[in-house]
Amino acid sequence: MNLNKIFKNALLLALACLALSACAKKVSTGQMQGDVYTGTDTVEYLASGVPDRVFFATNESVLTTKSRETLRKQAAWLRKNSNINIVIEGHADERGTREYNLALGERRANAAKDYLMTYGISADRISVISYGKERPVDSGSNPLSWSKNRRSVSVKAN
Amino acid sequence: MFLRYILILFLLIPFNSFALIEVDITRGNLNPLPIAVSPLSLDSDSKSKLKTILKKDDIGAQISIVVENNLKKSGLFNPLNKDSFLQKPDIAHFKPRFEDWALIKAQALITGKVTFSDEKLRVEFRLWDVLAAKEIMALAFTTVPSNWRRVGHIITDKIYERLTGEKGYFDTRIIYVSEEGPKIKRIKKLAIMDQDGFNTKYLTLGNELVLTPRFNPTNQMVTYLSYFRNLPRVYLLDIETGIQEVVGDFPGMTFAPRFSPDGKKIIMSFAKDGNSDIYTMELENRIVERITNHPSIDTSPSYSPDGKYICFNSDRSGYQQIYIMKSDGSNVKRISFGKGLYGTPVWSPRGDLIAFTKLHKGKFYIGVMRTNGKGERLLTENFYQEAPSWSPNGRVLIFYRETKTDDKGEGFSAKLWSIDLTGYNERLVNTETDASDPSWSSLLSD
Repeated sequence: MNLNKIFKNALLLALACLALSACAKKVSTGQMQGDVYTGTDTVEYLASGVPDRVFFATNESVLTTKSRETLRKQAAWLRKNSNINIVIEGHADERGTREYNLALGERRANAAKDYLMTYGISADRISVISYGKERPVDSGSNPLSWSKNRRSVSVKAN
Repeated sequence: MFLRYILILFLLIPFNSFALIEVDITRGNLNPLPIAVSPLSLDSDSKSKLKTILKKDDIGAQISIVVENNLKKSGLFNPLNKDSFLQKPDIAHFKPRFEDWALIKAQALITGKVTFSDEKLRVEFRLWDVLAAKEIMALAFTTVPSNWRRVGHIITDKIYERLTGEKGYFDTRIIYVSEEGPKIKRIKKLAIMDQDGFNTKYLTLGNELVLTPRFNPTNQMVTYLSYFRNLPRVYLLDIETGIQEVVGDFPGMTFAPRFSPDGKKIIMSFAKDGNSDIYTMELENRIVERITNHPSIDTSPSYSPDGKYICFNSDRSGYQQIYIMKSDGSNVKRISFGKGLYGTPVWSPRGDLIAFTKLHKGKFYIGVMRTNGKGERLLTENFYQEAPSWSPNGRVLIFYRETKTDDKGEGFSAKLWSIDLTGYNERLVNTETDASDPSWSSLLSD
């Protein structure tokens, strides 16, 4: 094995982690930035090149740069397909109380909805539903699994 | 359906003797009181008739086992092994030989007698102070035979009350969410059972997701969240008739419901455009009132027992904390200031404490604090647990706990647990399936 290369990669990862505040202790997979999931394991596509979901930091509903990029793709696709309506499902991870997580899921779904609306998608084409922590995509009890579950997913409604 | 049975209770002998035995429930009890629960005696005629009806060999012994298990689980009593009993049940009930009971170190003795006549079950029992060689209580009940477990619970309540000076919590039920299936696609049903895990009934079929059921003060109605037709809304269910209805006409998700202490209102959260606020709806005239109006999440409201105040959960400070306010929404005051996040506040039936869930450094705690936020005490720490609900006497909390899912995707479970306010006597509560979101009823016969 090329130990030199492995060492170099590890060093790069370590440097990348140093640059991100919350990363240092928890994450070594390269699939998270801070504690926001950046991988594609669970992502499905509304159309080619249009991811169906965006991910959130713990307890947050702020859209990351990458999330906004994903949502702009969704907006463009929705503009092209004006007969399609969507439901945005908001989700939380299992590390919160059930009732608060229902509210948090609703807040996340609406963050996505609001962003789509600023890109010209009419509110009456978008409904939202919060599942709180009731419908995880990944059943694991670890930071990576939790990051995949903190999400809002746009689903075709018709 | 279960409240229809008429339960007649009367004092056998009005007797007000001074009891030497006393049980202190304000501290963790490391020396539970040794108590002998003699099987209740049963004449052969009643025995054979009851056997036909109830399919139980010896209902007298069965009732005593219900009492014994209740006493044991309270953590305050140590029921002695029946093998060591020297006196026969019928003779002991008539006139105990106190030396025999003292010999096996019993400090209290329970005896009783069961008879069956006119299609009714008649149960009498006596509580004896062994050291003082005195009867300290005697009661009899008449009810339908199928109610035999309840008789055991009521007897336990009477004994508990006589020896601790406080009301019991044994003739009560728990409503909860029964869970089955894989974690990513859980099937959830409303379920109701006796406090000791028996007589489980399922109130929904599992076709839609249901969460957070809570009793009304008379235990006949339940308010809960259902995803019926994929619209998460607060519902009201009449347990006896099975009739369900949506609470109010809100253009969005309603959740986190509870009854007001007088049972006339439901208080809940309504989420719209990314903001959850607290509302009430009066059941009789459907008048809706907005209680909070804040761009943060306001949820998990719970009334004080006098109905004058509401505690609730809000992240208006940036993170989940506990607040109290007057019931009209004025005078909002934050009361949780410890390290970590706080959720699910629920006001004690005694009025003096608020139980909560706390998340700190990756661990979940069930704790209590006074209503001014002082005197925080954490009762139990675990990987995940939340949603405490008080026993009607305010001495015990029931909550649910989830275990970790390992890297193979195994190990997950959700179970009900109880713990005394003292932080002692933590116990798994038996349920037929996995379970969450427990809510404790008030005393059924009070």
